[in-house]
Amino acid sequence: MSSSSLLKKKQNRSFVFWGIIFFIVISFCIGGLYYCTLKIDYTWRWYRVPQYFYYNSETKIESENTGIVDLINKKDTEIVITIIDDNGEVHQYSCLEKNVHIEIAKGDYVFKGDILLTYNKWKVGILLQGLWLTLKVSIIASLFGMVIGIFTGFARISSNPAFKWFAITYIEIIRGSPLLVQIFIWYFVLGTLINTLLTQYGLLLIPPLWFGIASLATFTGAYVAEIVRAGIQSINKGQTEASRSLGMTYVQSMTYIIFPQAFRRIIPPLAGQFISLVKDSSLLGIIAIRELTKATREVVTTSLQPFELWFVCAILYLVLTFTLSMLLQYLEKRMINS
Amino acid sequence: MIDVKNIYKTFFVPHRVDALVNVTAKIKAGEVVVIIGPSGSGKSTFLRCLNRLDTANKGNIFIDGIDVLHPSTNINLVRAEVGMVFQSFNLFPHKTVKENVSLAQQIVRKRPQKEYQEITMSLLKKVGIEDKKEVYPSQLSGGQQQRVAIARALAMNPKVMLFDEPTSALDPEMISEVLDVMKELAKDGMTMVVVTHEMGFAREVADRVIFMDQGSIVEVGTPEHFFKTPEHARTKLFLKQIL
Ligand SMILES: Nc1ncnc2c1ncn2[C@@H]1O[C@H](COP(=O)(O)OP(=O)(O)O)[C@@H](O)[C@H]1O
Ligand SMILES: [Mg+2]
Repeated sequence: MSSSSLLKKKQNRSFVFWGIIFFIVISFCIGGLYYCTLKIDYTWRWYRVPQYFYYNSETKIESENTGIVDLINKKDTEIVITIIDDNGEVHQYSCLEKNVHIEIAKGDYVFKGDILLTYNKWKVGILLQGLWLTLKVSIIASLFGMVIGIFTGFARISSNPAFKWFAITYIEIIRGSPLLVQIFIWYFVLGTLINTLLTQYGLLLIPPLWFGIASLATFTGAYVAEIVRAGIQSINKGQTEASRSLGMTYVQSMTYIIFPQAFRRIIPPLAGQFISLVKDSSLLGIIAIRELTKATREVVTTSLQPFELWFVCAILYLVLTFTLSMLLQYLEKRMINS
Repeated sequence: MIDVKNIYKTFFVPHRVDALVNVTAKIKAGEVVVIIGPSGSGKSTFLRCLNRLDTANKGNIFIDGIDVLHPSTNINLVRAEVGMVFQSFNLFPHKTVKENVSLAQQIVRKRPQKEYQEITMSLLKKVGIEDKKEVYPSQLSGGQQQRVAIARALAMNPKVMLFDEPTSALDPEMISEVLDVMKELAKDGMTMVVVTHEMGFAREVADRVIFMDQGSIVEVGTPEHFFKTPEHARTKLFLKQIL
């Protein structure tokens, strides 16, 4: 056997060895965790988790009157029950649900509070609602953050001192203070100010959700601005000179030549920033926005299954961030191919 | 065509450099002027001052009667009239060859599609690249890229073409294909200012040669004068080094 194939064999063996080590260590960690939970008598009840995503709830329709069931009318989608009370007044109950069970019959005498109809309906659980809110907040804040970031990024490299100083001030303030503090400022300071003023002028109040989104958007905007600035400055100066020497204006040179090239380089760090944003949205629970983390916390206090639920919560975030990173990778590939 | 009067250019970053010191030159329409000189003598800065990629600190520059340095001059109009070719090509890497040549016609000259397509194709033919029109610059050789860059500049119908060492970044076997295009252009009567170390080109095509050193024009003359009877000691030294 040649020495090169011997070397290859050795490399293969070492690959397999370390692969096995990896799986052993991982299994050991999981097994260890499980063993410890047994030690403290924790009972795992994974079957209780799905109900917080989607659950079947039974709804009852009760009679509000006392009288005789005069008519039960079943149309294609609607059921109408007519009750004539002791005073001879006619009351109608209608129901548009599917799978309705009728609990009374024509001619029955019903009392107030008697059950007329029951039906089962699937409802979205609190965890799924939280996941949806997290997604919604992240998407809206990303879009605004992107717009703010692009404008600020350009302002940052502008030769106009006012634009430049505004951009620097904004970026430094945002990057120099904790997001949690910014959320508080948006909610307790700016939120109070704005909503109090709105009340004085008799206008509608802005719900806390939007202050939460604003805090995330301005936070992300500052980081996006730095990413945009770095991306633009990474493009060779020769590109600007070539485009300007043809008579293009600054704006034309930016839109047709510099920014399209910079954008490709911006995508990977941008992906990282948006993934951070999804995770950072977990702080919004602090101002009573029931996103995924707050939803999990609420479920944990009622269900007393913290271990399962916190793992589920982490996995849901992972699903969101992983999907996002796949999406941006796809976008990046498509841009390179075009 | 080009009238440069006593211009100065000093850079202060990263440290003080007097790149141009009291430079005066006149270039007539249809003339081909070759600028030679050692590295750092201010040749590129001189070219870049002509279309205000660098702004001269003092003096006057007129191109076709337009005061380039006047604040109310629309510099983008001037630049469209002054083609520039760079040592490092600077093609737009995200655009095809065809788009490289047509983009500025579209957005600067605002030509209708039919017109700019025709001009683009005839220019690509002129520089011998028509078969690569759908290709991206990274798939071209250096010589081909530089020829596209020349076509891109010509597409604006410039009155003057500035070349800043157009062959210095090329492999030796590609130099002649670019020089041939430039010679063709000179023959067509284009006003050209060429910074180059290609003495063969200077001898063959130039009407005048300018020798620069340390930010100043040291000597001006015909190619004949330069290669046979240079006057200044610095010119002699430089020519001895490169010939
Ligand atoms: N943008 C710039 N900033 C600072 N110094 C510069 C800049 N451009 C050129 N210089 C300096 O000006 C001098 C002349 O440069 P340049 O015109 O490029 O010379 P050449 O093209 O003849 O080699 C050099 O000393 C160079 O370092
Ligand atoms: Mg130079």
